[in-house]
Amino acid sequence: MSKSILLSSAFHALIIILTIVTLPFVAKKPLDLPPLISVELIQISDKTNIPFAPKAKKIIEKIKEKEKKLVSEQAPPKKVKKIKPEAIPMPDQKVEKIKQIDDKQNPEVEDTKIKQVSEFEKKEIFDPTNIAALIDKSKENLAETDIKSNKITQSQDKSLNNVGLTLSEEDALKAQIFGCWSIPLGLPYNENLMVRIKLKLKPDGTIIDSEILDHARMNKPGQNFYKVLAESALRAIQLCQPLRVPSTGYERWKDLQLNFDAREMLEG
Amino acid sequence: MKKILLFILFFLFNVSKAYCLIEVDITRGNLNPLPIAVSPLFSDSDTKQELKNENNISKLGEKISEVVENNLRRTGLFNPLEKNAFLQNPDVAHLKPRFEDWKLIKAQALITGQVKFVDEKLRVEFRLWDVLAAKELMAIAFTTVPENWRRVGHIISDKIYERLTGEKGYFDTRIIYVAEQGPKTQRIKKLAIMDQDSVNTKYLTLGNELVLTPRFNPTNQMVTYLSYFKNLPRVYLLDIETGIQEVVGDFPGMTFAPRFSPDGKKIIMSFAKDGNSDIYTMNLENRIVNRITNHPSIDTSPSYSPDGKFITFNSDRSGFQQIYVMKSDGSNVKRISFGKGLYGTPVWSPRGDLIAFTKLHKGKFYIGVMRTDGSGERLLTENYYQEAPSWSPNGRVLIFYRETKSNSEGKGFSAKLWSIDLTGYNERQVPTETDGSDPSWSSLLSN
Repeated sequence: MSKSILLSSAFHALIIILTIVTLPFVAKKPLDLPPLISVELIQISDKTNIPFAPKAKKIIEKIKEKEKKLVSEQAPPKKVKKIKPEAIPMPDQKVEKIKQIDDKQNPEVEDTKIKQVSEFEKKEIFDPTNIAALIDKSKENLAETDIKSNKITQSQDKSLNNVGLTLSEEDALKAQIFGCWSIPLGLPYNENLMVRIKLKLKPDGTIIDSEILDHARMNKPGQNFYKVLAESALRAIQLCQPLRVPSTGYERWKDLQLNFDAREMLEG
Repeated sequence: MKKILLFILFFLFNVSKAYCLIEVDITRGNLNPLPIAVSPLFSDSDTKQELKNENNISKLGEKISEVVENNLRRTGLFNPLEKNAFLQNPDVAHLKPRFEDWKLIKAQALITGQVKFVDEKLRVEFRLWDVLAAKELMAIAFTTVPENWRRVGHIISDKIYERLTGEKGYFDTRIIYVAEQGPKTQRIKKLAIMDQDSVNTKYLTLGNELVLTPRFNPTNQMVTYLSYFKNLPRVYLLDIETGIQEVVGDFPGMTFAPRFSPDGKKIIMSFAKDGNSDIYTMNLENRIVNRITNHPSIDTSPSYSPDGKFITFNSDRSGFQQIYVMKSDGSNVKRISFGKGLYGTPVWSPRGDLIAFTKLHKGKFYIGVMRTDGSGERLLTENYYQEAPSWSPNGRVLIFYRETKSNSEGKGFSAKLWSIDLTGYNERQVPTETDGSDPSWSSLLSN
């Protein structure tokens, strides 16, 4: 007897706890704060600084070495500073000079790592023939970083399942349906005619099932306007499919509710 | 025990999941007209032959669908699609439309029908289909004499309009107006009536006397109008069906715009007595005149609300002509127009939600609407000279007349009927055989 009472009490306690934890109306309502806008600070230097083509890297290294040598031979360093601007060649001349350097201080294993150099140095070794290489390389690098940033990890995907659509996702969906929904202009603006439609969607946005939540109202006498609005909303959904849904987080939006309300438009 | 516990846990888990349903509010849409395919009404060869032999009518199905198509197009709410694009024949489409074919041509609604000649009567049936939902929305059949085929087209249009917009149509209606001919200084004015699509014009008076402001009774096909007999204004009643006309009364001084009460039992108008224009009603049964306003200012253009509880009128009691609303017994007078300019000819919408008016501001005439408390004023159209708005029976469209300026020689003057819907975008000239002014829209004939 006492065992069953204990079991029953434990069982009831468990239900109450679960209810408090899960049911929304028992839980405290969160404060109605404006939505937080998360801003991620990222290091952009690797994107904004255009890396040099392999040939350019090699040249930079060699120039650097040469300068080091010059500095050591011709100390004090002030003189080096004076020489340096004079050493900036015209593009045509520079190619020749670089070649000479190559011949003299031959050959070094090409460093595959891209080294950060100052803007001044970049100007020194500017070579018009290398522009294509520079641009191409930068594109590759950017593409790689983009792919990395777009990938959503499993943990991220799970966390997305628990939230609604982002503002941009919602905006994209709204904009699509706005274009498809021909509002019946004869509807009265001063009546509550909101039509709520629950959708079951496929991952590609096509509709598996659509259900008007207040379907009984459609067939009530004197509800012609509601019926017309509901039918126009259904037409809009049919016309729009596949809906512009996010490419990820299917679990989150596979069931979707659209609330069609034309009052704002009808009021003018 | 364990199973029950698991079941409860599963249930609670699902409850919490259901709460996560994403909701998206759709509060905007487009105002594009609905693409609709009006397939010609099909008739078999026997019907065609019989109609041609006995009534000299050919291609009746096509003609009826043309009436429907034109009616729907004029509303500005529908875009009837080009018939050449139709992929399915009318006879097959009427039995079972291939919705994919109609979707291909971007139709969202489809009208099909059939015409039969049975026992010397015309049997017209039609179906309205929702192409995207692939279902029938409506199917109705009418039987009538063949001469009535245009009205059948109008009634079908009304049914379709009501099913797709939720409000009653206004196609099976007529418009009465003052037909005008001759130079501006010597205009001959006759009462004329036509279908709302400008067909079947008939002249009701000969033009010997000046006629003004004809107004339909909202409950039947009676008309009241003002005419000058020996330079004295007289208010007449005219039964359109029988042609019988009677004098309601002679009134002193200037008399303006008699109009029926919503129940059709009274006439409300303004006339000048002792040099002061006020608003009066006259009971049509016992001809007793009742004074509604008593103010030293000029009160004119009264119009009842559809429930008969209120009256709107214009008055210059504030110093300028403005619109006022009062209870039907004349109490509780409130000014509702406060914009710049002069306001006149207020007319209460049959839906009860709006009042249409004419506004004069900086030398331009506007036709506009405002809510019955004066809020939400919207000017729908602007022109050199236009006035006298009259509502369609569903309160969706206004008909009015517009005059053009005459040149220095007095030529070039014209008065034409125009219509505009509440969006302000669908403005159209209403064709008439002659010039026209002072239009009034009837209630639905089929009511």
